[in-house]
Amino acid sequence: MRAAIVTFPGSNCDYDCFKAITDVLHEEAYFVWHRDESVGDCDLVILPGGFSYGDYLRAGAIARFSPIMRDVQRFAADGGYVLGVCNGFQVLCEAGMLPGALIRNRSLQFQGERVWVRVENTDTAFTSDYEKGQLLHLHIAHGQGNYVADPETLDRLESERRVIFRYVDEHGNATDEGNANGSMNNIAGIINESGNVLGLMPHPERSVEALLGSTDGLPLFTSLAQRLATAGRSA
Amino acid sequence: MSSYTAEVRITPRAGLLDPEGKAVENALHSLDFGQVEDVRVGRLIRLRLRADSDARAREAADEMCRKLLANPVTEDYEIDLVKGG
Repeated sequence: MRAAIVTFPGSNCDYDCFKAITDVLHEEAYFVWHRDESVGDCDLVILPGGFSYGDYLRAGAIARFSPIMRDVQRFAADGGYVLGVCNGFQVLCEAGMLPGALIRNRSLQFQGERVWVRVENTDTAFTSDYEKGQLLHLHIAHGQGNYVADPETLDRLESERRVIFRYVDEHGNATDEGNANGSMNNIAGIINESGNVLGLMPHPERSVEALLGSTDGLPLFTSLAQRLATAGRSA
Repeated sequence: MSSYTAEVRITPRAGLLDPEGKAVENALHSLDFGQVEDVRVGRLIRLRLRADSDARAREAADEMCRKLLANPVTEDYEIDLVKGG
């Protein structure tokens, strides 16, 4: 696996992703700057968390017009894997690479806490190392993570099993109480139609070592590493 | 070419929960403004542009809204156009 991690002005989880891949997985990763025009020779692109362009206008709205995003879209269209975490998820939605949008949390507050998330679908390149229905304790750190989409889009996401992660309570039930930020259908993460672009609000890269309090994010990266080791460079 | 001022009003889509509007509504109620029935909080963008006709100016502003200023999934927009300004 060789991951390109995009740094936008205001990204602040780029090094966390880098460390997760290099120190924990012992795979390769490198940074690309938002003004770069190519993601380079990689088989995974990560759009990390942070506050690109200060979240001006709407979170992710301006980052999507960064020069690098044209090549990220080309890379994804060619079948390359793209992972968007938190602000990266917001950028993917703004860019139209994933459906829907992320609005202000129901609480109106920035929420930095650990929440329960359930894995809904393990038949993806991002989740094959999880058990179906597995409960994860993952960090969220966002003010605008409240997922919304029109009813047709929600129906499609559900029927095509493209809701990959869902907020749940500690018993694993997708209740209103377990809904961290008010997201429709408790959605925490979704995948695109072709199964190569995934966005989620929780931070898997912050839960990859016991020292960090949880390793629940690690299988996401090992799933990808395994898929990419067998697939070779896809783009 | 004439100069125009466009005021773009962006509001949360009708029917969509507006957490910010809800919080302001609750605050108004707690100040005894019980007559308040609904609050939506949006954004006003005022921009100056050049165009060779009213229609062109409106067309340009509309395109700006669709491409960047508003998110069609969550927001509605209205454009007020004034020549000069």
